[in-house]
Amino acid sequence: MTLLSVRDLSVAIHGRPVLNRVSFDLAPGEVFGLVGESGSGKSMTALAVMGLLPHGAEVGGQATLAGTGLIGLPERRMCALRGREIGLIFQEPMTALNPMQTIGDQVAETLLIHGAASRGEALRVARQRLDRVGLAGERFPLERFPHELSGGQRQRVCIAMAIALRPKLLIADEPTTALDVTTQAQILDLLRGLVAEEGMGLMLITHDLAVVAGLATHVAVMQAGRIVEAGPTETVFRTRADAYTRALFAAAHHVPRRTPRIGSRPMLTVDRALRRYPLARRPFAPPRFFDAVKAVSLRLNAGESLGLVGESGSGKSTLARAVLGLDPLQGGAIRLFGEHPVGPRMPDALRAGLQAVFQDPYGSFNPRWRVARLVAEPFHLMPAPPADAAERVAAALTDVGLRPEDGQRFIHEFSGGQRQRIAIARALITRPEVIVLDEAVSALDVRVRAQILDLLCDLQDRHGLSYLFISHDLSVVRAITDRVLVMQAGQIVEEGPTDRVLDAPEHPYTRELVAATPKIPPGWMEDDDAA
Amino acid sequence: MGLWLGAVLAGIFVAMALLSFVWTPFPYAAMDIAQKLRPPSAAHWLGTDQFGRDVAAQLMVGARTSIAVAIVAVGIGMGAGVPLGLWAAATRGSWIDEVIQRGGDLVFAFPSLVIAILITSVFGPSAVNAILAIGIFNIPVFARVTRGGAISLWTLDYIRAARLAGKRGARISVEHILPNVANLLIVQGTIQFSLGILAEAGLSYVGLGAQPPTPSWGRMLADSHTLMGLAPQLALFPGLAIVLTVLGLNLLGDGLRDLMDPRLRRQA
Repeated sequence: MTLLSVRDLSVAIHGRPVLNRVSFDLAPGEVFGLVGESGSGKSMTALAVMGLLPHGAEVGGQATLAGTGLIGLPERRMCALRGREIGLIFQEPMTALNPMQTIGDQVAETLLIHGAASRGEALRVARQRLDRVGLAGERFPLERFPHELSGGQRQRVCIAMAIALRPKLLIADEPTTALDVTTQAQILDLLRGLVAEEGMGLMLITHDLAVVAGLATHVAVMQAGRIVEAGPTETVFRTRADAYTRALFAAAHHVPRRTPRIGSRPMLTVDRALRRYPLARRPFAPPRFFDAVKAVSLRLNAGESLGLVGESGSGKSTLARAVLGLDPLQGGAIRLFGEHPVGPRMPDALRAGLQAVFQDPYGSFNPRWRVARLVAEPFHLMPAPPADAAERVAAALTDVGLRPEDGQRFIHEFSGGQRQRIAIARALITRPEVIVLDEAVSALDVRVRAQILDLLCDLQDRHGLSYLFISHDLSVVRAITDRVLVMQAGQIVEEGPTDRVLDAPEHPYTRELVAATPKIPPGWMEDDDAA
Repeated sequence: MGLWLGAVLAGIFVAMALLSFVWTPFPYAAMDIAQKLRPPSAAHWLGTDQFGRDVAAQLMVGARTSIAVAIVAVGIGMGAGVPLGLWAAATRGSWIDEVIQRGGDLVFAFPSLVIAILITSVFGPSAVNAILAIGIFNIPVFARVTRGGAISLWTLDYIRAARLAGKRGARISVEHILPNVANLLIVQGTIQFSLGILAEAGLSYVGLGAQPPTPSWGRMLADSHTLMGLAPQLALFPGLAIVLTVLGLNLLGDGLRDLMDPRLRRQA
């Protein structure tokens, strides 16, 4: 029996096709994974099924939910189905909840809108649902507000809202992408349990192949609005019949070729660094502090790639800002090249030796400047701009795989991957020896990420750079670093060669982190492993 | 669409003012009692007032007064408010920020038109005092808009990149922050410009703005209200001029904001 049947679903927005004859079936109690890169049409498929397409969208084809045709259904009838028959879970639990309403009211709202219960009854059901998603009554009364909860707890509230009326179909759009890896594992467990116990069908939209491998019974790979390959998960993973699927899977496993030449000269040394923030002060009470980074020590050698992993709030980014000399330390010291202290007042000439690439390819550039000016900005660190500034900008753009002519264009004309190349060109322009990469590939699609990782390793080999590579993604850290530090609650809890730390973790937190990371079962990707 | 309508309305308004320097249908102050309170005709396009002065000529010269007052008032507001806002954002959380913000609150605490009336009645009614009074109240408006826009920009990665390039707060404010809050300032500028026109009209209406014989839309309205029964067009034309000018400026501000943003320009 099929629950959701989609046949030849096509969508065009203002005449531009975004979905092309998408067909798939979903049975009750089954998890159907829809994977692909950004812009491939995964989310658009979900929106079309929900009848939530943007204005100017033309829809063709069929989507049937338990015998009811969904395409072309009047908005009134569609409203009756949403929430009752179809539940939706979004990516960003921080914005999916109304900050002014209690969690109980938000879960009860679905029941009230559908006239399924009186207010008292709705709150009673809300309590049951919150219990079901693991927010027990004694710690999470209905009167809690979203800001009192963590990201994972908020996502549980979103799930409770989605299952309030026990819908037959649950659509989860990147439900764990915004969450830490240990939280992700718990949410995935919860979804797995819901499907098994309540017999719902789950349509799981994700870019993460390992998440799909661990959860989905069937999977479809999307590219440019089309399903290029579909079938039972293990079969698709093992056969990879389509060229795009092969490229996607290979990129997810990509390990750049590196020839590390690690010297013994210390490039960056952090000695018992303390980063302390004052907390809001109560009258007549002694001042209170929060230590985001507690006595952290590390050493980055010439030509080395040092990984720094940890979950959000562990202090990685705070440490990165201090290491870059953007924030002052409250204790300890950071030194560049073994002797020069790093801090907000460090001399410009020293700063030129230490540059960074940040996470967000969209927020990293002044949108009003042309690329050549953006890349040349660090020349400000020199007493006078070099005579060959234009040539050096052109050379830096060529170095990162762009053309010198690209310097005349504005940043919005480039894709996310190209922007990250431009960010690398900007970081290289003063010929620094140390580069801090703060989640530099986290916002990129897997194939683009593989290219950027190749580029970083290539640049390291050619210019003898040292990298401090900060990431939450263990697979990327494994691919590119020589040594790794694991950070938890402002402290380094484990340190060692990358393979040793990730294969045989010693600290309980590292063990938990490694265990929680979704993995594609060994054997499913055999020919890659052999290659 | 809005941009063009706004540009046309504001253009007519500016053209009227500029044209009045070289040509008006009649000398604006020339009285002709025999021709008083005439309805619109071929000779007097918009009719005449109770002294027989040409309404069209007075509207044209009145536009000059409005523009002069509004430009200087917005200029004072931007000239002092934007640097203060940038400074507050660059030193966010410090005592400088606090002083700038609380100073703005202090000015905001007074009803602006009442204080303008106070200033003009203490220092004597004149266009210059009206300009100063309106201008001072624009300073915290621009300081607040600038600070609000700038603070969200200070958290972005490109500001961090500029700090890594060794740039200090003042330079980052000018190079990176100001161009990216400019669209906010243009919109706020056109709103304050139209509010300046309204405030000038209001002060003139109560006799504290431009003094006779300098024509002003506000005083034209004030003079006409006792004659509403006899010659309603006397109230209608300056009223329409105010409404259309304010509407035009607001549409223009919105349109300019979209045009100046490279991201929105691409989608347009």
